[in-house]
Amino acid sequence: MTIAVSILPEQQLAVLNAAYRRAVARKRLRLLLGVAIFAAALVLAAIGAEVNLRTLFTYFGNFISYFDRILTLDNGQRVWTDFGEWLWGWRKWLKMLGETLLISYVGTLVGATFAFALNFFAAENTSPAPWLRFVVRRLLEFARTVPGIVFALVFVIAFGLGPMAGVLAIAIHSTGALGKLFSEIVENADMKPVEGIRSTGASWLSCMRFAVVPQVTAGYASYALLRFEINVREASVMGFVGAGGIGQELVVAIRKFYYSDVSAILLTIIVTVFIIDITTGWLRGRLFGKEART
Amino acid sequence: MTRPQEVDPAQIRARYPDVFDRPASSRLATPAMIVAAFAILVYGLVDLDFSPSRFFAGLSQLGWISLMMIPPDPGSSLSVYLKALGETLSIALLGTTLAALFALPVSLLAARNVVPSTIVRFAIRRFLDSIRGIDTLIWALVWINVVGLGPFAGVLAIAVSDFGAFGKLFSEAIEGADQKQVEGIRASGGSALHEIRFGLLPQVLPVIAGQVLYFIESNTRSATIIGIVGAGGIGLQLAEQIRVLEWQKVSFLILMILVAVAAIDFISGKLRFAIIGRRAVA
Repeated sequence: MTIAVSILPEQQLAVLNAAYRRAVARKRLRLLLGVAIFAAALVLAAIGAEVNLRTLFTYFGNFISYFDRILTLDNGQRVWTDFGEWLWGWRKWLKMLGETLLISYVGTLVGATFAFALNFFAAENTSPAPWLRFVVRRLLEFARTVPGIVFALVFVIAFGLGPMAGVLAIAIHSTGALGKLFSEIVENADMKPVEGIRSTGASWLSCMRFAVVPQVTAGYASYALLRFEINVREASVMGFVGAGGIGQELVVAIRKFYYSDVSAILLTIIVTVFIIDITTGWLRGRLFGKEART
Repeated sequence: MTRPQEVDPAQIRARYPDVFDRPASSRLATPAMIVAAFAILVYGLVDLDFSPSRFFAGLSQLGWISLMMIPPDPGSSLSVYLKALGETLSIALLGTTLAALFALPVSLLAARNVVPSTIVRFAIRRFLDSIRGIDTLIWALVWINVVGLGPFAGVLAIAVSDFGAFGKLFSEAIEGADQKQVEGIRASGGSALHEIRFGLLPQVLPVIAGQVLYFIESNTRSATIIGIVGAGGIGLQLAEQIRVLEWQKVSFLILMILVAVAAIDFISGKLRFAIIGRRAVA
């Protein structure tokens, strides 16, 4: 087997080589320029954020020893030598964790309901009027861009301290996030069933109910479960601003330096998040599995 | 043209038992799920002290608050707010960059095609999962204990919590890379480091760059709130103004955040397209 590699004459090769080098040099220059701009932005940011490397180096030991301290009981033993002592408050913490889960559950469900009601107006292909779509989209955008905890801060003042503010904050944020995702599913739905149903003289509502909803429910459920997962994390910090859940206990433990309590509460949060992640992952797998089979 | 055949309902029923005679269990599954979901909802509402009177009282309060927010007005502290906004953007940029720098080597260890050892990979993955399971705000509280109040704690909080997320995302990108180029380099006598440098990195860097940009975008949102626990940025101002009920300033700050987030979205969208789009064509 022979491979034909044509040997170019010297001059022709030189031209090509030069062109190649120029191209590479241009690419390198552009990369260098990008890196330089990025580095400049970093330096600016470091000044803006009062980054002090000396503080970091002096105190970095504290960061490591912080974990050493939160893993040590009051009597100087490691926490895992005495689970009873470490998790002494498990009854209270489990109750607060339950409250956290309830906050995220109710928040997700209410948010998903509102998102369900609104998303048909926001989707390009099903919205009855352009101005309505514009209004609903801006509303959803607002609900999704303002962080949940900012809503919680305001709601704590309006509705009083307690989990109610947390639920409403999570519900609003979820409405915004899910509304967008839901409307994207609707935009990807097949429009032929809608035409079929409209041709029988059905109203807009019937079109949505019988042509769009059957196509999109699995996707909706999947996104709602994913949102629930995110909301569990979010609800775990709602207590920081007084909006209920385990965050309240955690912030007290951190601020008052109850070291072993911090690690115990963190452990319960991490385990809960793991369990929720795995459960919802399994549920979503089943939902999508079912979808793929039909 | 033939007329459609007359159909006998009984025959159809017999032919499609799955549709007409579903077993009770499958017919009841959906209503049962809905009833269960509703029952938990009601239990939750009761347990979380929801009451209509409280709800409507709060709603009217909220109405008042919204009225008092108009018009948004920074008062005399516009320069302070602008500085805080700059601080927030700095926190997001620095935190994300730090996280990406530290996550890249670790993600190589967590990728199946780089480190075949299941034990190492499993340990690193669970470690990253644990970091991700803790919210940025919690990390911020921890860092405040270590380096004191201020934006620096915010940078470190974002760096740590993104480190977990990046480690997972990067390692997935690396696992998705084409193995052929790595094999080619191994065949020509390259060492393990050469394989990574010339076989893997050129493939995954654009993906990673896209993800980093996306995170800078989403961290601008996170950075706005870590101030609430005292870690600098515009969240600090926002939380303070909410606590002293200066609603006009609050609405101004929220507007500032919305505009900043929209601007960052726009810029990083363009950049992402420039980075990934070009590679996709070439």
